[in-house]
Amino acid sequence: MSEVSQNDSWLTRATDWIDERIPLTKTFKEHASEYYAPRNFNFWYVFGALSLVVFVIQILTGIWLTMAYVPTGEGAFASVEYIMRDIDFGYLIRYLHSTGASAFFVVVYLHMFRGFAYGSYRKPRELLWLIGMAIYLVLMAEGFFGYLLPWGNMSFWGAQVIVSLIGAIPYFGPDLMEWVRGDFVMSGITLNRFFALHVIALPLALVGLVFLHIVALHRVGSNNPDGIEIKANKGPDGNPVDGIPFHPYYITKDFVAIVVFLIAFCAIVFYAPEMGGYFIEKPNFAEADPLKTPDHIAPVWYYTPFYAMLRAATFPFLGIDAKFWGLIIMIGAILIPAALPWLDRSKVKSMRYKGWFSKIALMNFIVAFFVLGYLGTIPPSAFATAVAQIMTIVYFAYFFLMPWYTSIESTKPEPERVKH
Amino acid sequence: MQANAQSKLSSRTKLRTVIYASALLFGVSALAADTDWIMKPMAPNLDDTASLQRGANLYVNFCLGCHSLKHQRYERTADDLGSIPHELMESNVIFTDQKIGEHIESSMSEEDAKGWFGAAPPDLTMVTRVRSPEWVYNFLLTFYEDTTRPFGVNNKVFANVGMPHALLPLQGLQEEVCFGKRPVDLLKSKTAIDQDRVDSIKGSGDDNCGQLAMKASTGIYSAEEFDQAAFDISNFLHYVGDPTRAERESLGKYVIGFLLILLVLAYFLNRNYWKDVKSD
Repeated sequence: MSEVSQNDSWLTRATDWIDERIPLTKTFKEHASEYYAPRNFNFWYVFGALSLVVFVIQILTGIWLTMAYVPTGEGAFASVEYIMRDIDFGYLIRYLHSTGASAFFVVVYLHMFRGFAYGSYRKPRELLWLIGMAIYLVLMAEGFFGYLLPWGNMSFWGAQVIVSLIGAIPYFGPDLMEWVRGDFVMSGITLNRFFALHVIALPLALVGLVFLHIVALHRVGSNNPDGIEIKANKGPDGNPVDGIPFHPYYITKDFVAIVVFLIAFCAIVFYAPEMGGYFIEKPNFAEADPLKTPDHIAPVWYYTPFYAMLRAATFPFLGIDAKFWGLIIMIGAILIPAALPWLDRSKVKSMRYKGWFSKIALMNFIVAFFVLGYLGTIPPSAFATAVAQIMTIVYFAYFFLMPWYTSIESTKPEPERVKH
Repeated sequence: MQANAQSKLSSRTKLRTVIYASALLFGVSALAADTDWIMKPMAPNLDDTASLQRGANLYVNFCLGCHSLKHQRYERTADDLGSIPHELMESNVIFTDQKIGEHIESSMSEEDAKGWFGAAPPDLTMVTRVRSPEWVYNFLLTFYEDTTRPFGVNNKVFANVGMPHALLPLQGLQEEVCFGKRPVDLLKSKTAIDQDRVDSIKGSGDDNCGQLAMKASTGIYSAEEFDQAAFDISNFLHYVGDPTRAERESLGKYVIGFLLILLVLAYFLNRNYWKDVKSD
């Protein structure tokens, strides 16, 4: 807090005035200009920033959509078409939001894969990882609740299928299902509560969790492709020798990534907003009709790996319906990455220095994820179910066998300094 | 707006009376089923304003009696399809007491429709997005005589559809025939209106049954004219399904162009800053 002098510009004086009241400059230094990030970030390190960009897109377009959207069973579908046709740039706002939902999962899945590959979940980043997992769960719920809102026929039946899973829980399932729906069938009441959760509850939770995610990241510092701690090697100035300030170096670098992302994003928004039925499914252009089940109900692509695992459970166990075990497998598959910090026993963090077992396991996992994702989009058949069952085992094997294969394999030595 | 279709036919009211009367005779339920009909390809063309205008004209004359376009407004349609003057639109396209700013709605009440057809005829604003323009085109081409059905007709791409052949006065009536053994390439284009091809292979055996041929030339339109009419209606519905497409696609060029320029600047800005970061 310096003395105000005549020579200071109005900007300096304004900043000083604010700094005396809230720690503006201090915060900027701590989290940007003097936050040291490893200098060897590669392509995979842009997806955190991109997630934030998509989040902002979703919040802004969401606000504008809410201005004209009617959250009732009678009015929802027509109000979406009203936005699409009668509001200036309404089609743009809506397509930005619908494409944004898919884009969110694209960048978040890539962000998570980066963590898998470079061991970003390892000590000291366990809590950072868990907060990230919480964001992922809330995001899945956010996407699910949001998908009902256009009140299209696939919205209706997709939600119907997922909500009915609750009914498979023994004893109190059917009552619980009714409680969640707020009605004996999917109805305007369900739509209303999903709307409340989608526009208030979950976005608030997301904002809080994203804030915590960044606070936790800046506490422990970023991991990097070599998986070594840059804080272990500090220069005379007390800053990591392999670190560079986030601002301006990564601000400018992320900016390039953001522009590249926006080009791809806008290409979809302006020229292929339905993305061949993957981002907006065809039956969703017809209004919800409880009497007309679509020929084939498939969730949006970002849920399909888990949907395929849900359907892979085909036989009852312990006298309980297969549907219930499918639900358990699906929830388990979504949650299990949270255990990674304690499953990975390797001496090294990064895939660069791990052994062949880890590399093959990760490749199998990725293949299983894509194959399951595809299987979740197609109608079930005996063959598809058999493949889904095998892939479900491969998916879980990556996690369950990890303590074993990471501890017995031989690893390469980590370098002293990051490679740049 | 071209009005050739309108001039050729008896009034819409008359047609509607026929539809209503036949609907009253049979309580019909619409049962959807996909068939293995090989679709005749159809690529919509939104730049063909004349086709879109003809399609709109045919739609209000033959389809709107039952099928609303309840999310689409007359005014927007007039403005988008080659800036049709509003007075012309009101006098030639709006047959009810609706105003130009209103949605294109059928005057048939949903309650009546349910009583007559068993189910209310669906709104078609986005039929091409639920199905496809190609599906609509093939649907319109493939009505054929089937005396077991309440309306005396069935459809090749929508089996047992609970709808009369609304374009009957234009197309005439088709019937199912057996084409006999045919070269493989013909299987790919088995359409009803390819009369020459039908004649050349008709009656040569009893394989490939279930193909369509014209029963009698009772339609006002020739095969080519009807094919064009079906195309125009499908093309028009393709426009109605997504009326902002043209605006969106032209705006997209500017947005992406701007981003490309920004990318160049961002790239050099980044490169300039990163000069400081030594590689070692």
